[in-house]
Amino acid sequence: MSLSEDDVRRVARLSRLALSAGELPRLQQDLSRILDLAGQLQAIDTRGVAPMAHPGAESVALRPDVVTESDRRAAYQAVAPQVQDGLYLVPKVIE
Amino acid sequence: MSLDSLIDGTLRGLAGALARREVKAAEVAGAFLDRIAAANPSLNCFITVDRERCLAEAASADRWLDAQHARLVGHPAAPDGPDAVSGRLAGVPIAHKDIFCAEGWRTTAGSRMLENFVAPYDAQVITRFRDAGAVHLGRANMDEFAMGSSNENSYFGPVRNPWDQTRVPGGSSGGSAAAVAAGLAPAATGTDTGGSIRQPAAWCGVSGLKPTYGRVSRYGMIAFASSLDQAGAFARCADDLALLLDVMAGHDVRDATSVARQDPGFASLLGQPLRGLRVGVPRDWFGPGLASGIGDAVQVALAELQRQGCTLVDIDLPASAHAIPAYYVIAPAEASSNLSRFDGVRFGHRAADYRNLDELYERSRAEGFGPEVKRRILIGSYVLSHGYYDAYYLQAQKVRRLIAEDFTRAFAQCDLIAGPVTPTSAFTLGACNDDPVQMYLEDMYTIPVNLAGLPGMSVPAGFDQGLPVGLQLIGPWWQEARLLQVAHAYQQHTDWHQFRPVGVPGVAA
Repeated sequence: MSLSEDDVRRVARLSRLALSAGELPRLQQDLSRILDLAGQLQAIDTRGVAPMAHPGAESVALRPDVVTESDRRAAYQAVAPQVQDGLYLVPKVIE
Repeated sequence: MSLDSLIDGTLRGLAGALARREVKAAEVAGAFLDRIAAANPSLNCFITVDRERCLAEAASADRWLDAQHARLVGHPAAPDGPDAVSGRLAGVPIAHKDIFCAEGWRTTAGSRMLENFVAPYDAQVITRFRDAGAVHLGRANMDEFAMGSSNENSYFGPVRNPWDQTRVPGGSSGGSAAAVAAGLAPAATGTDTGGSIRQPAAWCGVSGLKPTYGRVSRYGMIAFASSLDQAGAFARCADDLALLLDVMAGHDVRDATSVARQDPGFASLLGQPLRGLRVGVPRDWFGPGLASGIGDAVQVALAELQRQGCTLVDIDLPASAHAIPAYYVIAPAEASSNLSRFDGVRFGHRAADYRNLDELYERSRAEGFGPEVKRRILIGSYVLSHGYYDAYYLQAQKVRRLIAEDFTRAFAQCDLIAGPVTPTSAFTLGACNDDPVQMYLEDMYTIPVNLAGLPGMSVPAGFDQGLPVGLQLIGPWWQEARLLQVAHAYQQHTDWHQFRPVGVPGVAA
């Protein structure tokens, strides 16, 4: 299955990835090849087969819903690109 | 015993010598650090080495071992080594794939995105090694976010195969495999999502184990595809892998998919004869796609298992022929979701220029991720998007079940499965640059195992034109001890695992 440049732009937008015009043709070609590979799945008869999301789906355990974390805000924010007064800084979202 | 021969021996031997205080942890760590300093400029196995921090951990292990030794000496019933649970790797240096968060260590996942990320907490795997007294030797190179089969996708440059430096070591845990092969570490951790332990183990001529999905906690292990990712290890022999898995395995409340089980130790079957075991051989895996030199070596290995009393049984895994397309839908879908956390806000790379929040996200991610990671995120978003979800993602999950059911049927006829790890041996750097799909095909025998969640191993089984060949062993769920029994018995009667590459700078031949 071959993707158009618009398809690539659309999926890049969904992925929050900025693409340069120079990247587009190569990506279009690579992604089309990968989708050709994935397209081989269409020919397989899977009628009546339940999807398998996870190898351990039957055994996933629940834990008690209690607070287990201590306050480590300072340690976690030490690796943040921009913080101030314990808050993460981002460009203004609401005008 | 000289320091060189001691550190080139087994982990158990090294741990024993440290416990008897025949050698200091600081000397052992220093010897490996010296080798790394000499060899890493050419092999590039490590992204980060912190000599001071490593030697401080070694000194602390020495203090603990001295105290233990003083306590035990003179007690007739005292064991030879340290306490079996809390200090079984006391003073032993271990290299960790740069995907396991370790507090105070830069943890990059091979990505520019995390170039300056110093982890604020320990992965459970790191905690388990710390509790066992192991010394953190350094951070092993890897394909970016574990996406790749050659280690060429690392932002920190490719790793070279110590057997032939014009060739790749395999991936994604290429730095771990090459470090053990080259004698720069006695053992290393890795992760395996589609073959990322077994394939580099095969190409570097070391023993590698991917445990059953759920055996080892994924807490603090940077996620690629969460229904497939599993941590495991590289070592020089099966016996050492049993020791490593005893340390790594176990339930962790912080990973809901890690499973609580009371299995006997992973070394419990070592030394037991193989007589009567049924070894399934997937005949389809020996077709024209398999390099003849690899097929020949694997056949010789199968004959050795037969000689030891195993019965070979032909099995069919027909749906495994579709494993690669199924994987390249499922893994990118999960990756696109997992990697959405890298947004330039809470940690990781942030672009310098942006006008609004969308640009902050889009530019930070565009700059932080390399080409293969971008491809997989884009494919993942595509197969999950409206109108394509059923045709790709849901269909791939159905095919996944067919693949898993094939294994269930096969294990009704056999106790384990044996075959090749890879269709070819290590390729030269750059050989797959023009077509990403070409590289994907290297994982045709390893991917089905991840899709089914089974344990798998790669065991050195000879050479094809001077390059190592691996024998793959695959077991039913939770049967790592069986795989280790067979691998160990094989290694008692073969010496492929003892071959070492020559000409590694800083390592005596």
